[in-house]
Order: sequence, then C-alpha cells, then structure tokens
Amino acid sequence: MSRLRHPTEDPVWAKVVILTLVGLFLVCVLILPLITVFFEATRKGLPAALEAIQNEDARAAIKLTLITAAITVPFNVVFGLCASWAIAKYEFPLKPFLITLIDLPFSVSPVVAGLIYVLVFGAQGWFGPWLLDHDIKIIFAVPGIVLATIFVTFPFVARELIPLMQEQGVDEEEAAVSMGASGLRTFWSVTAPNVRWGLLYGVLLCNARAMGEFGAVSVVSGHIRGLTNTMPLHVEILYNEYDFVGAFAVAALLCLLAIVTLVLKALLELVQPQSRPGRH
Amino acid sequence: MGVTLTILSLIVLIPLSAVALKASEQTFPEFLQAAFNERALTAYRLSFGAAFIAAIINGVFGVLTAWALIRYQFPFKSLVNGIIDLPFALPTAVAGIALATLYAPNGWIGALFAPAGIKIAYTPLGVVIALTFIGLPFVVRTLEPVMRDLAADVEEAAASLGANRFDTILRVILPALGPAWLTGIALAFARAVGEYGSVIFIAGNMPYKSEIAPLLITIELEQYDYAGAATIAVVMLAVSFLMLFVINAIQAWARRLGQ
Repeated sequence: MSRLRHPTEDPVWAKVVILTLVGLFLVCVLILPLITVFFEATRKGLPAALEAIQNEDARAAIKLTLITAAITVPFNVVFGLCASWAIAKYEFPLKPFLITLIDLPFSVSPVVAGLIYVLVFGAQGWFGPWLLDHDIKIIFAVPGIVLATIFVTFPFVARELIPLMQEQGVDEEEAAVSMGASGLRTFWSVTAPNVRWGLLYGVLLCNARAMGEFGAVSVVSGHIRGLTNTMPLHVEILYNEYDFVGAFAVAALLCLLAIVTLVLKALLELVQPQSRPGRH
Repeated sequence: MGVTLTILSLIVLIPLSAVALKASEQTFPEFLQAAFNERALTAYRLSFGAAFIAAIINGVFGVLTAWALIRYQFPFKSLVNGIIDLPFALPTAVAGIALATLYAPNGWIGALFAPAGIKIAYTPLGVVIALTFIGLPFVVRTLEPVMRDLAADVEEAAASLGANRFDTILRVILPALGPAWLTGIALAFARAVGEYGSVIFIAGNMPYKSEIAPLLITIELEQYDYAGAATIAVVMLAVSFLMLFVINAIQAWARRLGQ
C-alpha cells in the first residue's frame, strides 16, 4: 500500500515536472557556462592555460585588480560603517533621500557609472584642464578605475549594515556611554560584535564585485595593456583577439574567485542563519 | 554623519549631476535628436524588450526554483542553492564569453539549435539569454523568505474545505506570493536594462539590430561625442529612477497587504 499524500504536498508527477524544468533551466543558464569556462581554458592542455595566466600582461592585470580591490573594499567598509551608523542611530530630515542615494548605484547602468567620471575628470570634463595643468591623470589611469569601482560597489556594505544597526537600536550604546565608555570603546565593544557577520558578508560581496567589475571600469580605463588593464578587461582583449585559451584561462581564475566567494557566503549563512532579502 | 554626506555628494551626487549638465548643454531639439534618433530608439527597444522578456522568464523559472528549494528534497540541494547566486559573484565579462561560446552555432547548446536554423548567439535571442543569466537570483531570493513563511495551516484549511491542490495553489499560494514575485521581477528587469558586460559578447553588436543602449553610450564616447553619450545616459537614468519608484511602490503595497 502506498502512503497517502498529505494535502499540502504536491503530487509526484508535479514534483517530477517542476524538478525537471528547474534542472534543465539551471543547467542551460548556470552550470554549462561554468563548465564551458574550464573546458575552453584547458582545451590545449593545462600548461597552456597556466602559461596564459603567468605572462607579463596577465600578471599586470591580476596585480591591478588586486590593488583596486585593496583600495575599494576598505574605503567602502569605512563608508558603510559611517553611513549605516548615521542612518540607524540618528534622526534627521531627508533620510529616505539618503538611503535612495546609497541604493542608487545598484540601479545605474555600469556604463553610466563610468561615463559620469569621464564627464567630471576627463580631458573635456569639469576638472579636465586643471588636472592636465597639474599633470594628474585620473581617467585612463588607475585612480579612475578605483573611483568607478567604488561607485558600483558603494551600496554593498552599507546595505548589509543598515538593517542590523536599526534592529539593534541605541539602548546598548547609551548604556555603555552612560557608564563612562569612550565613543571608540563603545563602538568596538558594543556595536562591532553585533554587526561583524553582516559586515563580513558585505565585504565578501563588495570584493567579488570590485574584482569583477567590467562595464564601469571599461569606460574609464582606456585599455592600456600592462598599465590600466584589470582582469575582466584582459579577458575581453584576449577574447577579441581570438586568443580563446588565454581569455578563458584568466576567466577560469575569476570563476575560482566567484566559487570561493559563494562557498564563504554559504558558510557565513550557516554561522548567521537569517533570511536575507534578495537584493544586489 | 558629515562624512557620510560629503562622500555621498562627492562620489554619487556631483558626478551624476555632471551627466544632466552635459546633456543640457545642447538645445532642446538637439537633445531630442540625440536621445530619440532611429539608432537610439532601436537600442532602447532591444534593451528594454530583452530585459522584459528575460525578467518574465526569470519570473516563471524563479518561482519554480524557489518552490523546489523550499518544498522538495532532492540530491545536491545545497549545491543548487549555492549556485543560484553565481550571477552575483561571477564577473559579467566571464559570463559573457562563456554564454557566447556555449550558444554560438558551434557551441554545445547552439549546435542543437543550428540545424533547425535558429541562431541564438549574435542575435537578440542571445541578449535575452545573457539578461536571463544576470537576473536569475533576484526572483528566487526575493521569493524564498516569503515562501518559507507561508503558513501551512492556510493550505491545510483550503484542502480540508475541499479545494484540490490546483485550486489551493491558484487561490491561496500565488496571491500571497504576488508582491514579492513582482518585486523580484522588477529587480531583475532593473538590473538587466543597464547590463553591459555579459551582453556585448553574445549580442553581435550590429547597429540597428543587436546593439544595446549602454553599448551606444560607449560608442559615442569613443567618438568623443560626450553630449550624445550623456543624453542617452540621462534617458537610462530616468528609467532607473522610474524602476526604483516602481519597486518602492510594490513594496509599500506589499506592506499594506500584510497588515
């Protein structure tokens, strides 16, 4: 005798149909692309792939990507802490406007993000002539790449921290301060422990985006090999030159980064199990 | 507080206003010509149309995926759950070249369709595929918490009152999911409209055919037509603001429903 189906359970045929559809969809859109990257990278053998990520241009691209992330992530951590602190702990007018501004980079096209810095700092931009006179290069140079990356990764840390800090309220900090703790001490002993997992989560996503940003960086970089080429831009150049093994080898490196990010993210969600809204 | 405002103004507000100012350097007819000429109109049509279709595809498969993840048990479930977020973590250029290779006429999937005369990569169809990839996690991740909170007793009540499973899903479950579902679709659409990296490799980038709006901005920049680039950027920004407004409205509506 088969067990009777619980009334809130789907019939077996429905389960099979749904799981098949979902499986097919995920295989076509997510899993096969991932396999393609590693397959194409090793098409001419592992040594060729390894060579492609060790030559001079690739090394320069990897270095620039690491530098960009090393500046962007700490900057956004500091900003995220300041912004979420201001929004969660103080009352002031225009607060919704401030939150919208922080969210804005999520909904602005990356190309527009790059364009705005070209218009401000480019040769024909607002500060262009002044920068030229003082021999400072921002557009088509590293500072522009960092600025554009900061813009697109702006919301990640702040967005994670705002709800956490709002939830926590101000009672514990007021208690600490009233017992004589300094501002910094209060932050380290009271605020920081409550937000550390959220902060790590934000840093993780911010870092992944900072290392992988393409559109915004592509507009401001000028694509100068060995100088202003980040890893994603290097992938593009190699691909457009039909050096597919090279392009996919660098892409595979970025894939590994994405996989590490996803694993760490899953671990963080285990440590701090709470439902996360589906943003970013 | 002061630091927050200063940084926000320096990094977001002032540069954004530069776009509006640059676009307003033209006379009004010039602006209209730059914003709505034939080539720009085709690009918007492709960007918005493909983003809309991709958002709908993600709406359908997103609800099925979220349902399977919440309600069913199957092998490798936690692996599947983890990989859903891949589009958030994978650099868009990598996704772009992988999808282009996979869906090209000689690629693993493209080769299945090539004999039937269907080209996917280097056509608007390819744009839809790339935008589907990029928007995939939004619907799943917005629906999951709502589905988890869906009280089983409501379904049980419906079943005990004689509703069959189909009726229960149609009249009890789907209405409860409605606002979150719409939010997810709107988020996927908003992200897809401005997407650049994953699209340009698979799109083919033929003027008047498979050229997306963000690509048009980069083309005008390369021709040093800053005002033209800024004009299209203004149109895209207007759509971004509109989408933010729509998403907020949906969420406000959802909160009213919840009360």
